[in-house]
Amino acid sequence: MEGDNGLKRKITVFDILNILFMLIALVVCIYPLYCLFVSSLSDPKKTESWFLIFPTNVSLNSYKEIFANNRILRPIMISLLRAVIGTIITLICCSMFSFLVTQKELPHRKGIYKYMVITMYLNAGMIPWIITMVTYGLKNNFFVYIVPTALSAFYVILIKTYIESIPGELEESARIDGAGFFTTYFKIVLPVSTPIIGAVGMFSAVSQWNSWYDNLMLVQDNNLKTLQLMLYQVIQNMSVVMNDPKTAGTAMTVNRPSILSVRSAIAVLTVIPILLVYPFMQRYFAKGVMVGAVKG
Amino acid sequence: MSNTSGSRRAWSRTQKKLFLISVPFLLFITAFFYVPLLGWLISFVKYYPGIPINKLEFVGLQNFKSFFYNREQVIRVFRNTLVLSGLIILTLPVPAIFAILLNELSARRLKKLVQTFSTIPYFISYVLIYLAFVTIFSPSDGMLNILLYEKYGMINRPLNVLTNPNIAWTVQTCMYLFKNVGYNAIIYLSAIASIDPQLIEAAEVDGAGRFQRIRHIIVPGLVSTFVVLLVLGLGNILSGAGFEQYYVFGNAMVLDKLEVIDTYTYKMGIVQGNYSFGTAMSMLKSLVSVILLVTANGIVKKVRGSSIF
Repeated sequence: MEGDNGLKRKITVFDILNILFMLIALVVCIYPLYCLFVSSLSDPKKTESWFLIFPTNVSLNSYKEIFANNRILRPIMISLLRAVIGTIITLICCSMFSFLVTQKELPHRKGIYKYMVITMYLNAGMIPWIITMVTYGLKNNFFVYIVPTALSAFYVILIKTYIESIPGELEESARIDGAGFFTTYFKIVLPVSTPIIGAVGMFSAVSQWNSWYDNLMLVQDNNLKTLQLMLYQVIQNMSVVMNDPKTAGTAMTVNRPSILSVRSAIAVLTVIPILLVYPFMQRYFAKGVMVGAVKG
Repeated sequence: MSNTSGSRRAWSRTQKKLFLISVPFLLFITAFFYVPLLGWLISFVKYYPGIPINKLEFVGLQNFKSFFYNREQVIRVFRNTLVLSGLIILTLPVPAIFAILLNELSARRLKKLVQTFSTIPYFISYVLIYLAFVTIFSPSDGMLNILLYEKYGMINRPLNVLTNPNIAWTVQTCMYLFKNVGYNAIIYLSAIASIDPQLIEAAEVDGAGRFQRIRHIIVPGLVSTFVVLLVLGLGNILSGAGFEQYYVFGNAMVLDKLEVIDTYTYKMGIVQGNYSFGTAMSMLKSLVSVILLVTANGIVKKVRGSSIF
């Protein structure tokens, strides 16, 4: 079919401009990340060639420095832990709640579902939220990363919509066999909903990995610092210099280049997990799974 | 069938059991989403952390009056927020146009490539995006300035992008677009995909050219998606791109242009410890946002006969 269209349509000026525009868009999207990759491998100030595209004097020193440095390894662990544990909790709670509100025998099920969905639009705001979390003893506590995210209206809408599209006979036959809520949930609903569970799982993992708001607001303990906040603090120390280009030639110069490369190397490590799960995620939103919920 | 739940007494065993299972969930939702709403009460008292509730001094609307005492800051913060959100709303058609262009691309491989890479920024944190742009634009050691200024001397002074208050609003809008256009375009692409192909074929048989096809078939097919995003955008008008973007990009040089309601609330409430003022600010913002969202939705319902919720 594609071939047909290709034969029918001539290549016009519009096509050429469009292709050019898309190539530019491609560069705009890729370059900022690529640039981090290049500067993590080589020090831009010391290179002679056109380092903007190709790294020269490539060295892995910046990465060696990171892995020799305990202060960076710990935040990596914390971020990994919150992504893994947080996602598991989110998946179990959201999917079980979603299944629950599809049960016709649950009294007031529509009300219960609405009680959840309203929270998508109505939130208390920053300060009341922080004060509440402090009251619950979640300040400087690892649980602040993984407990408040356990239920999310958006994920519940997604999973519920999916569960409702499963043919009812499966559940029905389980019920006739005498299976209760939890048996049906674990034996039937979970296995059948793997596509949506996978999609939500990846979205949740990425947002956990990227999250630093809760860290900034509620966790001052350095032992619980996430990779994202640490990266932000590393930039902050650099941007003191950035504000005034004149200081570039002074005493700082001796140490700075390596800081730049190390900083970029941390950034590259922060992106890699996302790029790894990205191809799998893309499969889901290409199917429009996540898109449907926007209209939810 | 849902009317099996008659009066409370008549609940069957299954009903009781299911309701019992739902109780922990209800408690959780209450504790983490509704209890913070009670925190709004703090905006009517003088609050210091650690003081028991019964000892708090009721001050009425005092905290709201302090908006007035800080009016210069508050007005500036509202101006920044509204301008930045306004720019986001003005650029709402950009992802739609991007999707249409992408859809017109005859090279399938390029289409897939662009779709893949334009969506990646959406999944990357603002900290990282900030770092990437600092690495490019920093006046002292940004790649662009080393190239144009230090190496080739093509410009007299280092380019100043992220610390220039005159272009701060534009730069932030570009950052927002960089992060979101690809992802939002996917929403439009799936809307285009759901347009009946017979309609497009019929138009082609009738001799419609590319632009007529876009104008009369594709664009009308995207309107409902656009309206949904517009309503959500209006509900978000007091947040703009959200706390994180303005917080990471808001250095001392551009603070005058980039301090928004969220970052101001954080500064006053958390950094300076004025919890009551911060709560008053949070509450006002949440209330206005909900009212805006409901109003926008209501207007859309009236005009178009369909609404988003």
